Amino acid sequence: MNSELLAIYFLWKRELIRFFRSKSRVIGSMGMPVFFLFMLGFGLGGLVSLDGGERYLDFIAPGMLGMVLLFGSIFSGIIVLMDKQFGFLKETLVAPVRRESIVLGKALGGATTAVVQGILMLGVMALMGVTIPLSSIPALLFVMFIISIAFVSLGIAIASFMEDMHGFQLIVNFLIFPMFLLSGAIFPLDKTPEFVQYLSYIDPLTFGVDALRSIFLGSSQFPFMLDLGVLLGFLALTTVVAAYLFRKIES
Amino acid sequence: MPIINTSSLTKKFNSFTAVDSVSLEVKKGEIFGLLGPNGAGKTTFISMLVTMKRPTSGRAEVNGFDVSSDPMGVRKSIGIVFQDQALDEELTAYENLDLHAALYSVPRGERETRIMEVLKMVELDSRKDDLVKTFSGGMRRRLEIARGLIHYPKVLFLDEPTLGLDPQTRKRIWEYINKLQKEQDVTVFLTTHYMEEADSLCGRIAIIDHGKIIALDSPSALKDSLGGDTLLMECDHPEKLCKALKGKKYVQDSRPHDGRITLVVEKGEKQIPMLMHAAKDAGVEVSSVSLHKPTLDDVFLHYTGRTIREENVSAAESFKMHARARRRVS
Repeated sequence: MNSELLAIYFLWKRELIRFFRSKSRVIGSMGMPVFFLFMLGFGLGGLVSLDGGERYLDFIAPGMLGMVLLFGSIFSGIIVLMDKQFGFLKETLVAPVRRESIVLGKALGGATTAVVQGILMLGVMALMGVTIPLSSIPALLFVMFIISIAFVSLGIAIASFMEDMHGFQLIVNFLIFPMFLLSGAIFPLDKTPEFVQYLSYIDPLTFGVDALRSIFLGSSQFPFMLDLGVLLGFLALTTVVAAYLFRKIES
Repeated sequence: MPIINTSSLTKKFNSFTAVDSVSLEVKKGEIFGLLGPNGAGKTTFISMLVTMKRPTSGRAEVNGFDVSSDPMGVRKSIGIVFQDQALDEELTAYENLDLHAALYSVPRGERETRIMEVLKMVELDSRKDDLVKTFSGGMRRRLEIARGLIHYPKVLFLDEPTLGLDPQTRKRIWEYINKLQKEQDVTVFLTTHYMEEADSLCGRIAIIDHGKIIALDSPSALKDSLGGDTLLMECDHPEKLCKALKGKKYVQDSRPHDGRITLVVEKGEKQIPMLMHAAKDAGVEVSSVSLHKPTLDDVFLHYTGRTIREENVSAAESFKMHARARRRVS
């Protein structure tokens, strides 16, 4: 096997081994979205009536899936910081492997773990009575993977210039949560004031949630192809930026 | 042809010069030590050789590859054990080595054999499936040495290989290093601030201080060059005492420093009464005298007027801060 591909494969495998070994991380990352889905779906569900006539639970299900992917993948990217702090990063940086391969291995590994969490979330949703047409599963997995790689890369980019974990809370409060809330995951954006709508257009997750929603419900705010186009553009941008910033890390 | 060759290698951080125009050659197959106090520039020097930091000026070649223009060639030729641990604690010993072997493109068919070979060498084969986070400091260091050897490097770099380890573990690490140099046909380049380590392990050492090489030779030649035992006398007027002792034939060399003088004499224990007498005659109050048989520390003292030991003690506090700062930038 080509040496770069071998490195990518092993770094991918490393992320998976670490993920499946830490049960607390899996449970921890699933906890909040499951609570949200449960509380909002059953609690708020009775009060909300949507134009399309669908149940509120069905409306937020794709949003919650987006949340799992967003949190799971950004966290996987930011874990590069832990490698920095615990020294393992040096081991990869002095290896005779291109930096791009290291980023790619980590991004694919992190994205895979995020998608696994997403699949677990789909199981929880199915138990709660959300229906997902079986025929759309391949398209669903594809979109989930695109969203995940893009946000892992964003996490890696952030981790490349952050110095330690102290800034992590800042990222959660001022980046991840606003992205989640503005994405239309828990309320329809067309009912919000105009400035909120404009803000939501610069939130890449808006298009992710919209794409998931069009797969779940067959109806969405934007055309599916537009969603996919924006997501792919965002993916290209974040991976290039992540690779660029990661290259600049010096010991 | 030397396996490591540097000429005027320099690294500056803003106005601070960490490594100052260092030129040296390391021969194939030797154990070469870079000895100096904390903060002397050892780690910065090694970082440039292993392509972690770019030289500000000067050149360095490792195994014939230039560190600036052909870092990949250098990386394929070397194994590294960093001063700070660089293992993945969530993985087992075997998984750490397997990942490393893959990163260095060790052929698939050979990976397992080589991993077991190096694990046996550092006596960790029975712990191969345990998570690294259950390992002690000494076991981790041994595992890192094993890891550095899997891809059969031409040069193994060890940055303070026994820092923070207890004396027994240190001795064992020394044994491994000696063994691998004999059996594996690998050149070892290590940095240390432990004189005993440099003395007992290295064929040749370079003493570094403030980024400059101040002496380079075999440990015994360096000690012999001092010409005898070293006497350290603390007194109130070092300059005056020095002048008074000039010309006495039993004193081979005398140098005044801050609050004390260092003398080189043969059979030092026999000269102390005469020296005290001479000091009294010169009106100099001597508060303490100590005698050393030559060690590498005396070599360092001879060139700098300070001992590595006291450098390290006074540096202990700032070292902690450095470690924290380094962790932040690394």
